[in-house]
Amino acid sequence: MNESLAVSIENVGFRYPGNTDVSFSNLNLQIAKGERFGLFGPNGAGKTTLMNLMTGVLSVNEGSIKLLGQKVDGRNKAVNKLFGFVPQDLSFYQELSPAENLEFFGAWAGLNKTEIAKQTDELLHILGLEDVRNKAVGKFSGGMKRRVNLAIGVIHNPQLLFLDEPTVGVDVQTRHAIISYLRKLNENGTTLIYTSHQLSEAEDLCEHIALIDEGKIITQGNINAVLKEHSNESLEELFINLTGKAYRN
Amino acid sequence: MFKLWLSIKKDTRILLRDKVGILLMFIMPIILVVVVTSIQNSTFELVNKNKLPILICNKDTGKASVQLIAAINKIGMFKVTQISKEKAVADEMHDQDALLGVVIPANFSEKVSAKAKNVSGKALTSFGLQADTVKKEVSGIDPLTLYYNPVLQESLRFSVQGAIQSALQLVESRQTLRTLYFSINEKPLPEKLENEMLSSQTTINMFPVSKDGVRTTPNASQHNVPAWTIFAMFFVIMSLGGSVVREKISGSFIRLKTLPTSYLVGLLSKQITYLGVTLLQAIVIFSMGIWLFPYIGLPALNLPSDVFALFIVTLVCGWCAVSYSICVGVFAETQEQANGFGAVSIVILACIGGLMVPSFAMQGLAKTLSDFSPMHWCLQAYYTLFLEGGKLKDVLNNIGSLIIITLIIQFITYLGLKRKNLI
Repeated sequence: MNESLAVSIENVGFRYPGNTDVSFSNLNLQIAKGERFGLFGPNGAGKTTLMNLMTGVLSVNEGSIKLLGQKVDGRNKAVNKLFGFVPQDLSFYQELSPAENLEFFGAWAGLNKTEIAKQTDELLHILGLEDVRNKAVGKFSGGMKRRVNLAIGVIHNPQLLFLDEPTVGVDVQTRHAIISYLRKLNENGTTLIYTSHQLSEAEDLCEHIALIDEGKIITQGNINAVLKEHSNESLEELFINLTGKAYRN
Repeated sequence: MFKLWLSIKKDTRILLRDKVGILLMFIMPIILVVVVTSIQNSTFELVNKNKLPILICNKDTGKASVQLIAAINKIGMFKVTQISKEKAVADEMHDQDALLGVVIPANFSEKVSAKAKNVSGKALTSFGLQADTVKKEVSGIDPLTLYYNPVLQESLRFSVQGAIQSALQLVESRQTLRTLYFSINEKPLPEKLENEMLSSQTTINMFPVSKDGVRTTPNASQHNVPAWTIFAMFFVIMSLGGSVVREKISGSFIRLKTLPTSYLVGLLSKQITYLGVTLLQAIVIFSMGIWLFPYIGLPALNLPSDVFALFIVTLVCGWCAVSYSICVGVFAETQEQANGFGAVSIVILACIGGLMVPSFAMQGLAKTLSDFSPMHWCLQAYYTLFLEGGKLKDVLNNIGSLIIITLIIQFITYLGLKRKNLI
């Protein structure tokens, strides 16, 4: 077991039930602890599916996925304590306030009453939600909802954080605040695994990347090394170069 | 326990903020109980306390028709109004809000008299006496015509027909008796003797059958409040089914799946929260029946003597309703599907469960289907407690059936969650 790895994907095969098209076949990927890792690809490339496999939302058909040395298995709930997940959808209760959402999800993440109170105060302060801590989230702006979505994902101080397009649809200020917070988390030792279509933002945040298309990793490595290898100056140029300009569904 | 407690807190908060859901779960069933009980009580009073308006067009000029009208009056069931033209019966029924109209044929008295002479003649002959009145067979009495408003229920119509038939029987018997007496004694039958001979001396005592020996006559509230309380409990689907769908659509289910807690905690929390709602619904509706109904002119609801059994039946019924709502929520793709299917399926379960038509009146397939409706078992248990004065041991069979149905629903829910990759 390589203790320096945050994520280890070995020979993974997956297809959706009832779908004959293979989503992934013999996929291998390793992400080191403490990295800021970006997972990119066009629409339908398989980014969200891969993230769902890594978080145990979906189960692999072949091969294995390990997070911090522990095998991801629907029945092994211990592994779920190690990571946090910020889904693309605003996955919380719109009827509840940020504090009430954090209280509930904090308990489900395994925190006790004191830990929940401490983490809630801290997160609401850092993410600028203190003034609205007791207001129903349903009435918030898109940016505020994204911050609540992020706060829920990190309430239990996970060692590994999966972020599926965490800044989609937000203004520049909110994006800046979220990215700054993610950097701070990483400095404190949290490994980040991040997907986004905001390539300039990704270029700014990520140290390592993997570009996937049609269920295959077409390039991966340190961002500067990858750009140099393909003689591209930006991530966007690399993206177009390797995945083409045709529309994707 | 901490996770379960906070999950219950979360579900309760969401529930309390769903104003429409609360309205559907509490206000609508309360209105339903009041309206249905009022209507049934009116029907009950219409038959038992008020008199049915009836128009009589007497085309006959003899005494028998007058006696018939007097006999109909004496039944005590009708408020008689006489009109002169047969053709106007339908219009007059509309104008005077009469539900019934009777036309007595022109030769009624003549035919009744002829039949009486014929019958008494036969009787004298059979006694070995000389009868001078029986010469030949007479044709039958022309039929009376009974018009009725189509809104009149079939059972009530048959009661009316029976009542008028007995009035007719009385008139004919009186005429036969008088003729027979005159033929023998050559003087009229004394009125006192006639009354003694024709009046029934035997009264009928009616008692409801009960398991505890108490002979309290069930009223409309005893029938309706338990039945519509069951309906109200199943109405939690309008809030709970939608809530489960919202959790799925928002992605909260997916997020919960990535957390180190079994979703069974979430399911248990929903069941406990909404079970509380169903118990509260029952308390509110029963309380209304006991304390509010007398103030609005409805008979008060009498609680069964075995209150513990009532609690157990309500608890199991509520659990079944909550399990069914979660099951529908798990399989529905949208909130519209959950609400639409939920509402229609509850009405169907209520129909086959005997809430709208008594299950004892069902035949064949409908009777078999009623066994599959949880509402049938709830209703049978409630009726045993409310109407028959039963105890817990008398409803164990119903409770057992309800628990089996609930466990089957829970198993189907589990399969649905697995199939949809939600647990």
